Amino acid sequence: MTKRLAVLLCSVVCLLPSAVLRSQDTATVKGVRIGLTYAPGTRPGVLITPVGGPNADSVRVMLARDLDFGDRITVIQSDGGEPPTGTLNYPVYASLGAAAVVQASVTPAGSLHVVVHDVGGARVMDVADYPLPAPALGAEWRLAVHRGSDGVERVVTGAKGIAATRAVFEHEGMLWIVDSDGSQAHAVSGTEGGLSPAWHPSGRYIAYDELANTGHQTIVVRDFTGGPSRRFATRHTLNMSPAFSPDGNTLAFASGDDGTDIFTVAPFGSSSTTRLTAGPGATSNASPSFNPDGRQMAFTSSRLGHAEVYIMDADGTNQDLLTTTSFGDQLYRSDPDWSPDGRRVAFQSQISGVFQIMAINLRDRSVQAFTSEGRNTEPSWAPDSRHLLFSSTRSGTSQLWVLDTESGRTRQLTRAGKARLGAWSPRLDTGR
Amino acid sequence: MFAYRRSIAAVALTLFAVSACKKKPEPAPAPAPAPVAPAPVAPRINQDSIEAARRAADAAAAKAAADADARRRAAEMESVRNTIAAKVYFDYDKDEIRDDQKATLDAKVGIMNANSAVRLRIAGHTDDRGSDEYNLALGQRRAASVQRYLVSRGLTASRFETVSFGKERPAAQGENEDAWSKNRRGEFEIIAGGDNLRMPR
Repeated sequence: MTKRLAVLLCSVVCLLPSAVLRSQDTATVKGVRIGLTYAPGTRPGVLITPVGGPNADSVRVMLARDLDFGDRITVIQSDGGEPPTGTLNYPVYASLGAAAVVQASVTPAGSLHVVVHDVGGARVMDVADYPLPAPALGAEWRLAVHRGSDGVERVVTGAKGIAATRAVFEHEGMLWIVDSDGSQAHAVSGTEGGLSPAWHPSGRYIAYDELANTGHQTIVVRDFTGGPSRRFATRHTLNMSPAFSPDGNTLAFASGDDGTDIFTVAPFGSSSTTRLTAGPGATSNASPSFNPDGRQMAFTSSRLGHAEVYIMDADGTNQDLLTTTSFGDQLYRSDPDWSPDGRRVAFQSQISGVFQIMAINLRDRSVQAFTSEGRNTEPSWAPDSRHLLFSSTRSGTSQLWVLDTESGRTRQLTRAGKARLGAWSPRLDTGR
Repeated sequence: MFAYRRSIAAVALTLFAVSACKKKPEPAPAPAPAPVAPAPVAPRINQDSIEAARRAADAAAAKAAADADARRRAAEMESVRNTIAAKVYFDYDKDEIRDDQKATLDAKVGIMNANSAVRLRIAGHTDDRGSDEYNLALGQRRAASVQRYLVSRGLTASRFETVSFGKERPAAQGENEDAWSKNRRGEFEIIAGGDNLRMPR
């Protein structure tokens, strides 16, 4: 800890404790910034001490940002200085509102060494090492640091974070991938005409709809580890909106030449398809999304003459209208995404002609609206079943945004051009 | 009386003199005109030129006629192509063929009957208000709805391919009904048998 910080802390803690308490929400004191982002008292404060080793500043910034974006922790920042050595002065950290202290360093062997201290218990809670793949600051190196952030969040809150995830989305006629913190955005080569990307639960593959210049649409499964892409030809010209089952062994998609039905195929086995829906008539059945045990799926259907969200068993039986709540005169609900914890189905619903993001609770069928500013579409749950990725025009053009459904906090994930059709990856625990 | 005779004689003499004077400068009958008589060498060249000119004139006339025919054919082809390509429009979130769009489709039927080798790709499009994914499905229903109408008018279903672009290829930009109504459309593209299109007779 720097001398400057130590002096400041001493003066703050020893001489003016009441002033600290009064100024916690707003004070920015040179050397120490104490900030409770919002909802004080519900999020444990975590202070990340200066990090030791190469690229220390990047590591510290990433850890702090990840914990902040996780929305379960209040990050207490302190500027600069040297990494602390020896036993931590827990009472000082306690006085700053820190329930935990993260002491991290990049080791000579190239690992991120993370020690999480329990300030109240004056003890070490957890020690973990995360190998950092070369090159430093590269995509895989950054993913490893994000894993460190998720480890801290799990130790401190009991809930695993979502920092080590990515989003795939459509941008300028191709599919792109971006890290959960908005960095490392890059095009996925060979995905021209790509629409509606969906992740395989392993994070190794994506499936998407390839729209050719002729209008023909083909489901493609792309292997990020360099294996060949697999294309699923059907006898229909329209093949769209793919989704993997949670075990990764089934790929559902919509297909048809008039109305569309939902089919399944083995993504890595036989190409024979199984039809789950049958109209009725020229009905559009599309946009399937599996529940977490893979036994049910939600989908969009026009069988009532307009789009609504339905659920059915994974063999096509027990089809049932899900969005039965009255939403006013705008009869249009679509693009369901079943939360990984199985409790909610998010969808988009037209309100006064403009789409907004909503979710229906499957226990009591209560509906919660999450957005109101701009046009908000294509919800995709994070692996924590708490954050939602969606497209929004609130900044002027369509961009990807992240919403914390608990607090209502939003942040913009993409900024260039237009971005849409985002899909949140599973946790990328082992890289890709 | 004598005077009277003299007068007659004078008049006669005068008349004679006049007539004699008229006749006198009259030349001898001219020899046969040169063109009538076949000329031995030089006139042959003239004849070739004339025939060449005549051939050229004939060719020019034929070319003009061919050009006129080509122009007529091109105009006819253009007309046929325009009739084939004429778009049809839909109501919001609907795939039914509107009554005011049926004439546009009926005009295609005659041409399809007169050009039995023609195959068409029907592409359904939507405006940008709906869901991106659902619009792909809606566009497909619109294309299929057009195909059903044309089949109901006697055409064979196998002469059509239906595809959807959803909202991905807007014809007009804008967040208003004018742009939306232009984008909710079916488009037509000849994918086979497009050479030597004929007008219906």
